[in-house]
Amino acid sequence: MAMKKETSSDASNAASSVLSSEFLVIELEQPDDFDGFRQAAKVLLALRVEPHAVRWRFCQPLTKQMQAQDLFAADEAGSVVGRALTPDALEQLPLPPAQPLRLGKSQLSTMRLACCHILEGRFALCYRWLYRLQADPRLRLDALDSDWREIERLAKAAGREIHKMHAFVRFRPVPGTETPADAQPMQMAWFEPEHHVLRAASGFFRRRFPNMRWAILTPQCSVYWDLEQLLMAPGSTADQAPGPDAGEQLWLTYYRSTFNPARLKEQAMQREMPRKYWKNLPEAQLISELVAGARGRTQRMLQI
Amino acid sequence: MEIIAKLSILADAAKYDASCASSGVKGRNSLGGKGMGSSEGMGICHSYAPDGRCISLLKILLTNFCIYDCRYCINRKSSNVQRARFTAAEVVELTLDFYRRNCIEGLFLSSGIIQSSDYTMEQMVEVARSLREDHDFRGYIHLKTIPDAAPELLALAGRYADRLSINIELPTQQGLQQLAPEKDANQIQTAMGDVARFIQIAKDEGRSQAARSIVSLPGAQRVRRAKAPRYAPGGQSTQMIVGADDSSDAAILQTSSGLYGGHQLRRVYYSAFSPIPDASADLPLQAPPLLREHRLYQADWLMRFYGFAHQEIVLPGSAGMLDLEVDPKLAWALANRQHFPVNLNLAPKEWLLRVPGLGVRSVQRLLLARRGRSLRLADLQQLRTATAKVLAFVELTDYHPRRADLESPMLRQQLLQRMNNGVVQQKHSGMRLPDTGLSAKTAQLSLFDGW
Repeated sequence: MAMKKETSSDASNAASSVLSSEFLVIELEQPDDFDGFRQAAKVLLALRVEPHAVRWRFCQPLTKQMQAQDLFAADEAGSVVGRALTPDALEQLPLPPAQPLRLGKSQLSTMRLACCHILEGRFALCYRWLYRLQADPRLRLDALDSDWREIERLAKAAGREIHKMHAFVRFRPVPGTETPADAQPMQMAWFEPEHHVLRAASGFFRRRFPNMRWAILTPQCSVYWDLEQLLMAPGSTADQAPGPDAGEQLWLTYYRSTFNPARLKEQAMQREMPRKYWKNLPEAQLISELVAGARGRTQRMLQI
Repeated sequence: MEIIAKLSILADAAKYDASCASSGVKGRNSLGGKGMGSSEGMGICHSYAPDGRCISLLKILLTNFCIYDCRYCINRKSSNVQRARFTAAEVVELTLDFYRRNCIEGLFLSSGIIQSSDYTMEQMVEVARSLREDHDFRGYIHLKTIPDAAPELLALAGRYADRLSINIELPTQQGLQQLAPEKDANQIQTAMGDVARFIQIAKDEGRSQAARSIVSLPGAQRVRRAKAPRYAPGGQSTQMIVGADDSSDAAILQTSSGLYGGHQLRRVYYSAFSPIPDASADLPLQAPPLLREHRLYQADWLMRFYGFAHQEIVLPGSAGMLDLEVDPKLAWALANRQHFPVNLNLAPKEWLLRVPGLGVRSVQRLLLARRGRSLRLADLQQLRTATAKVLAFVELTDYHPRRADLESPMLRQQLLQRMNNGVVQQKHSGMRLPDTGLSAKTAQLSLFDGW
């Protein structure tokens, strides 16, 4: 970038005018816009902007309408709007020469995951840790640092949600989407993730079902695979997804038959398949009936 | 018979097998292919049955007709269970349909033995072949092989399957003789040895091909390296039934240890013997020993990831049985207190792994963190581990347990109380344990209270 070739004193003068404001508002494109965060953080770190002087905001996917995600945005709305910067705008700032911050691959991917978490302060937390790391490189090794452990905790929750999404998305054929050319109907699923993980989770389905037209609808946004590319679309409602088809009975039959009533362990099931997922899992409607009948069925086996 | 009725019979018939994993195959997807399916190393459990077991694969029998009469088996010849038989095409269709719905990671196919072992094996291989070749299916396939099928069929099975397993069924040869007189322990071992050998050959071949570099002359057509033949990349596993005969935990773990060492098994599954309808009269009619099964899995974990030898895990004076009240690592530490406290700042990794309450990941974090600074009590709290348990056995820069506490005969009782009457155990085992008197007997039978 041409502007970066300026001398360092010019650079710091120009930058300090930006920084003279009480705080900066960085405007990210998506609730899970890690690349934008990373781009912005690189500049902010080079300018040594302190964590308390940055506010992070983000658009809802596919709308340009800004959400009042920032705690301070409401009472200082007027002043904030004037100073909101996108990561691209930040890039235009002349930077003083600085050592780039190097991170391990796994640290980077942990942070990327953490930024999919629903927690309001996720970007602020990650930036604070980066800022501290810049000040004290020993932090890199400190796997037990409390900020880092919090980032890991968010990453773990988001990662688990992605994993559960890979597991619990249930495709159903969309009636009337069979065409003579390809006899397979489009497969569509409705899912309600707790965190902003749809984008992070969809690559998996692309690798798994590249030869099937499919879509996953969620309240926040939707993703379509048209046999060539992934397309993001606005959020949906549950009634836009297809209901059960005849073939689903086979799956319910399998679920019913593979349960061994003599081993009933409801707690173990709920630990791995929490209730929040049940309403979108067709087989979950069978759980109460199977649990209720388990004791009697086992008793009959033991009496013979 | 309708497909739905067959599914109901043949899934029910397969539910007593404990193995389920769909892990162990790295990086495979359907990009550039004609079919579907992928596998990314870590297995995915697509659902859970109310018995707490994960549903990862469509686990069914090809048929539950069987010429054998193994006492513990619901499908034995003399059982009155209703019989059914899938065609290969039906199994293929079901697998693809469930996979398309994203309900499963693939197929786990087992079968009763009909006509002959070879005939049965051929039918199973045909299902796997059709999935792979006719439908370009790249999901997971686990075949339960028939021990006395011809080695050529075993060789073919591994070409299509990700994992093969041969059930050892019972921990001792005597047990097998008594309960499954038509099965031959030696034959099972031989078949496992064959599979292990095939896996090794495929691995070596893959390695030596990777080592050979291809040099092309300028202008020559680029040479593509022929792919090494694939053979059960997910390894082989087995299942052992626990509680059908009177084998001790020590005998079970000894057998497992032999299998891990001798045939490089990826997993040994333990299956608490479960009452079955129309059970044979000489088998124990009781609730499946789920807690015992849980302790065996914990012990198995200690052998595979924590550097414990099988002889150490079952303590002297325990009549060869694992402690049902506390987990095997804690039991070992309580019986070997002379080795504690372990200094978390100085002790080598293998000793950190012996501390009750510290898992492999926690140990990795501690090792990493202590390279930069010394570890303190607050660090342990950052781990969010079972601190009460850990603290009894470790020392840190600002924490030194009292020798007298560590040596106290009350320690076990105190720990049990501090672990909040088994809350930790409940969390880990997914079992409801009684609030008071964590005695083994009541815990085991809690499901059947008041009968």
